[in-house]
Amino acid sequence: MASSRSSNVSTDKSDETSRKSSKKDINNKAELVMKSRKNANDVFDLLEYLQADKEKDVACAVNACNKLFCVLLERGDLFVGQLPTEEEMLSGSYSAEEKYRIFMHHRYNSCKDLLLELISHESFQVKESALVTLMKFVSMEGQFPLLPVDGEEHYNFPRELLRAVVDQLLSEKEDMALLISRFQEFLEMEDVRYYVMGSVSNNVGRVMDKAKGAVLPVYQNNVFLLTSSITMPSQESELSNFLVKQAAKQEEWKAGKLKEHKRVFERMWLIFLKHKLPSNMYKKILVILHDSILPHMSKPTLMIDFLTAAYEVGGAISLLALNGLFVLIHQHNLDYPDFYKKLYSLLEPSVFHVKYRARFFHLANLFLSSSHLPVYLVAAFAKRLSRLALTAPPAALLMILPFVCNLIRRHPACRVLIHRPSAEEPCNDPYLMEVDDPAQCHAMESSLWELQTLQKHYHPDVAKAAMAINKPLSEEEDDISELLELSTYELFERGLKQKENQAVPLEFEVATQLLQGSGGLLGAHFSLE
Amino acid sequence: MLSLGHQCNLAQLDRQIYDLGSGKIHSLGPSIIFITMGKPQKNKNLADKVRRTKTTKEIKNNPFEVKINRKKFEVLGRKTKHDVGLPGVSRSKAIQKRKDTLLKEYKQKDKSNKFIDRRFGEYDTKMAPEDKILKRFALERQRGHDKKDIYNLNEEEELTHYGQSLAEIEKLNDAVDSDSESEEKGLLSAELTASHFGGGGGLLRKKGTGENGDEGGQKPKSRQELIEELIIKSKQEKRERQNQKEEAQELTEKLDQDWKAIQGLLSKKLPKTEAKEDEQKPKLEEYDMMVRELGFEMKAQPSEKLKSPEEVAKEEQERLQKLEADRLRRMQGDVEESENKKHVHWSADDLNDGFILDKEDKRTLSYQDGKWNIEEEMEREEDEEEDDGEEGESGQEEDEEGEESDAEDEEEDEDSEEDDSHSDLESEQDSDREKEEEKGEEVASKPSSSLTEEERLAQQEAAKAELPYTFAAPESYSDLKSLLQGHSTEKQCLIVERIQKCNHPSLAAGNKLKLQKLFGFLLEYTGELATMKPPRLDTINKLIPKLYGLCQLFPDAACNAMQTVLNDSAHEMEESIEVKGRAAFPGLDMLIYLKVTALLFPTSDFRHPVATPALVYISQALTKCPVTTLEEVTSGLVLCCLALEYVTLSQRFVPELINFLLGVLHLAVPVKKTLGYFVVPPFRPVGKSCDLLAMSNAEGMDSWSRRALPLSAVQGLTLASDTDRDHYRLSLLASCLDLVKQSVSLYKPLPSFSHIFQPIRVLLTKHLPMESYPVHIQDLRREVLEMISGAPALKTPLVFDKKKPIPLKFFTPKIVEVLDYGKKRGSSKQERERERLKHKYKKEFKGALREIRKDTKFLAREKLTEIMSRDAERKRKVKELFGSLATQEGEWKSLKRKKRK
Repeated sequence: MASSRSSNVSTDKSDETSRKSSKKDINNKAELVMKSRKNANDVFDLLEYLQADKEKDVACAVNACNKLFCVLLERGDLFVGQLPTEEEMLSGSYSAEEKYRIFMHHRYNSCKDLLLELISHESFQVKESALVTLMKFVSMEGQFPLLPVDGEEHYNFPRELLRAVVDQLLSEKEDMALLISRFQEFLEMEDVRYYVMGSVSNNVGRVMDKAKGAVLPVYQNNVFLLTSSITMPSQESELSNFLVKQAAKQEEWKAGKLKEHKRVFERMWLIFLKHKLPSNMYKKILVILHDSILPHMSKPTLMIDFLTAAYEVGGAISLLALNGLFVLIHQHNLDYPDFYKKLYSLLEPSVFHVKYRARFFHLANLFLSSSHLPVYLVAAFAKRLSRLALTAPPAALLMILPFVCNLIRRHPACRVLIHRPSAEEPCNDPYLMEVDDPAQCHAMESSLWELQTLQKHYHPDVAKAAMAINKPLSEEEDDISELLELSTYELFERGLKQKENQAVPLEFEVATQLLQGSGGLLGAHFSLE
Repeated sequence: MLSLGHQCNLAQLDRQIYDLGSGKIHSLGPSIIFITMGKPQKNKNLADKVRRTKTTKEIKNNPFEVKINRKKFEVLGRKTKHDVGLPGVSRSKAIQKRKDTLLKEYKQKDKSNKFIDRRFGEYDTKMAPEDKILKRFALERQRGHDKKDIYNLNEEEELTHYGQSLAEIEKLNDAVDSDSESEEKGLLSAELTASHFGGGGGLLRKKGTGENGDEGGQKPKSRQELIEELIIKSKQEKRERQNQKEEAQELTEKLDQDWKAIQGLLSKKLPKTEAKEDEQKPKLEEYDMMVRELGFEMKAQPSEKLKSPEEVAKEEQERLQKLEADRLRRMQGDVEESENKKHVHWSADDLNDGFILDKEDKRTLSYQDGKWNIEEEMEREEDEEEDDGEEGESGQEEDEEGEESDAEDEEEDEDSEEDDSHSDLESEQDSDREKEEEKGEEVASKPSSSLTEEERLAQQEAAKAELPYTFAAPESYSDLKSLLQGHSTEKQCLIVERIQKCNHPSLAAGNKLKLQKLFGFLLEYTGELATMKPPRLDTINKLIPKLYGLCQLFPDAACNAMQTVLNDSAHEMEESIEVKGRAAFPGLDMLIYLKVTALLFPTSDFRHPVATPALVYISQALTKCPVTTLEEVTSGLVLCCLALEYVTLSQRFVPELINFLLGVLHLAVPVKKTLGYFVVPPFRPVGKSCDLLAMSNAEGMDSWSRRALPLSAVQGLTLASDTDRDHYRLSLLASCLDLVKQSVSLYKPLPSFSHIFQPIRVLLTKHLPMESYPVHIQDLRREVLEMISGAPALKTPLVFDKKKPIPLKFFTPKIVEVLDYGKKRGSSKQERERERLKHKYKKEFKGALREIRKDTKFLAREKLTEIMSRDAERKRKVKELFGSLATQEGEWKSLKRKKRK
């Protein structure tokens, strides 16, 4: 009613009354249709309201339809079985009762169509109520099937209707994030989830084939939202929450089996990931991959193609792909040739600045915790990390210094990096930063002069941490798990808290001007204008 | 109990009795030896009897009665109460006391009857004891009188005086007289007073005693005469002295008069001597006053030897050296925690003589002297140059007025200074001079005021606008703002200074807090000045000394205020980073704050509560704030400057600085293909604003000349033409290259120097097209490249520090010097008092315990005697009975025998 609100005051009142009257009208008509079959033709008015301009009217009509058809479904006033067309109905020999049912069924179908259209309505309220109504229909149809129970295949679940709903949700034009989050509540039901997954894979296959390799960001985002909001059960016994209860053969219903769920889930993801994705989508998927996708797949190794592809992309995506790869390597015996070489080449200055720094170093720590790694490899990692540390922010340095020290502790042969008493004469650094192969970078012949440099770092904690290499390292490893998430702001706050009791040292050079002091650098480059 | 050996000896000791119950030794007659083990009762009676018969003197002289307490040290002049004890006496006293009290109670136990003392007034506490006695006596007399003694006159009655019979006193009359001599001596003064003041009491008494002893009358009389003689003598002397004084006075008066007569003659010839003797008569009081004053002043201010300039310079140098050493120590950061040195704060012209009291005042004053003039000149120049149009005529008038008042202030300051240095000069002269000065000022101001009507009006305005001389300390930031707003820079400084002076901590108790708050407000004000458009940087510049002064006064408050400012901004930045993953560059106010931090606090400390977080803040800004506009490049370069300034002294490594400079240079690279280096966030190798500093066309290059960048550019740039933008770019680039140069020279000693600057080297050699750039920039680039690529230093491989050998443990005892003997050390007054009370309590407790034990012992003994006596009685009776029975039996038997016979 926004438009009417903004209009003239005098019309406001009449508007109000008209709105009220239309609401009353809608409810009246629904009542009438429900009461007696004589008023069956009022259904048309109701359906007309569904197409009204005013969203309040539409919402009202949606609710009325919801009520009406639920009652009708419950009463069995809708035709069951293969629905004859309306012409057939008129021409065919049906009883008045049957005709009424066929007529109502047709109205029901057109109501569903209208509601599906309303899902892409601009008002969220309408969208939501349309969705809820449709899901209500799904549940009612499940209870009072409109088709005679045919085979063993699908039992009585209105999957056509659900598929239509899913198709609407996975819009190619509109971001359906809100509606999908509303839809999530229905995904809690096992059967809905099962059929939704099937519908999604169907839909994705169809749409992406049509797109022919092009990227559809909105659509793919919708798909991702829907698929990522699916939470899979972890045990068979958890499968108990159904929207539609099956009268017979509950046990054999596919929707009631975890294995089937996993299969469909896997198929859905594989179909989705088969196609080219926008790069931020990669990141999103990779972030949730290891804990909400891989465990629920029946054959996680099928993900290997996707993960290796992501790992090859480079940058942050590679970092994120590490996590999934780790799961595959660790739990599913994946053999990844040149894994460490690739990991080595991932180390570049930006790793200290990206958002996923903590995750990456957590994994790197895991990968490098193996004691069976060759010494040259560990040395190369240590050297490369310390070289990169020359560009790192203090929070990252506080993590990376113990990290390097831990590497040396785990592999005592690497001690030469910080303690080489044999060679006395000074030399240039033999380490080759540009070489991507850790075997050929001569890290073992080098020393960690970078850490020595960092002993002059401006932050006292960093400088202290770097001092550790001056003495033989202690046996115990430093725990870096707490340091992984350290942010610069925390560091800043820590600095503020120190030395409560002691007097604050002051500058003794008298300050007379803003730009003076410390060599007057600021004054040399800037003026007070 | 005694040992066996003792018992053997006992046999040999003839004349002694060992009373085992009490352990006393009594000497008895020559041939009596008792060893009384079983019968203490009898013995006690005996002992008591013996004691009672003897006088105290006898007992005291008896070596067996006396117990001498051995002393550990003989202390001269100390009288001890307890060197000799009489255990027997005290014991018998104690027993007696028990008999009087405890035994009575015991006997009274379980008895319902009570003894009532019916003597007159026994339970009347109000009655004085003398009255009681009198009354009782009267009653007694009455009782005796009305019965049988009617005819018995003065038979038994004895006259007494103070309870002693008069007859006895008469006997001892001589003895009393022998004491009267000393009494006389005591009365001497009494008599004197009596004669002087006419009092009668003492005299009367004396007479009484005089009458008492008739024979002793002769002596006192002669004495009285003697005294009278003495009095007369002293009176005479007094009179003579008075006469002499009067004569002298007369003489001096006469002399004065004579002098007056010839004074007129002398005054023309000898003005100096006149000055000397002139004060003799007419200005006597004044002279006295002055003499006294001078005396006092000399005492109060022993002038120190004036230091020669060399000495002062040397001291200053020493002080600076000491401070620098301290700074270095803090920079190393190794001993920072252990040393808990008391912070001493130094003002600019502290003489290092430990004189603190009103240092602050002096400092600000002298500070002004040192600085004010320069500032004024600068201000004038600026006034001439500036044509803001903001301040109209009145504003300028105000300025002038402000300056005038400044000048006044200065003069006053000079005055006070002179007071300080020549405080022994005549105050008169001083005040005269002041008057003259005032006159001079009036004269100086008069012509100006009598110029034109317009100017006069303007001056009236100015006078209205003149600043008050006292200011209340602002309670809130808005207070300060309302005080300062609308005033010129000079006046604002003056206001702040006056606030500071009016609320000096030495003036009132709460002032310290007020000034501490003032620092926070000033800081806030600085921030606001910086956020104005255009920023009032010159005002900030003038406020810096004030901030510095307040910071020196209250380091903790300053530290807290600065920390709050930094924390707020850092928090804001952090929130923005969390939400968006990036943040905007800090505003000009934060840049100013960061600079102020560097001015107020030592940035070279290893760890500093303000400087370290500030540097972290800078680093965070340099890594998280994306660079998309020229303004942001400017902000970034300011931050780089600050970072470099922070570490100039300590030569610490700031990776973010190098990253950022590389990034800025990267912005100037026109073709970004096949980079041989990595840029670090916030910069990207390729992207939207990646050629921010690349020249749009080469035309503007020649017309460019290097100038300092304006700080206000951080807030926004108005560069209209492409050429202007290009010029600005070139300036930024030049600054950036210069900063690179600075950092290259700063980090030269670092072991990884070549690796740190490797990317910059690659960028400068391969990617930056230098041919078209102005010569200045080309020169800079060449210098930088030379410095970077100058023969990479060879590095020795790392080795661990050599372990220090662990020293052997020493077993020599730790010697602690004891300074106060005999006292319990290390305890406060309260603790000592507590100890004392504890000790006393213990003693009392023990004493009470002992008493109780003795009581029970006594009672037990009493009970035993009771039982024994009862038994003895019974035995006696039984014996008697047996005896009587035996006699009966005997009689009966004899009768029987008789009968038989």
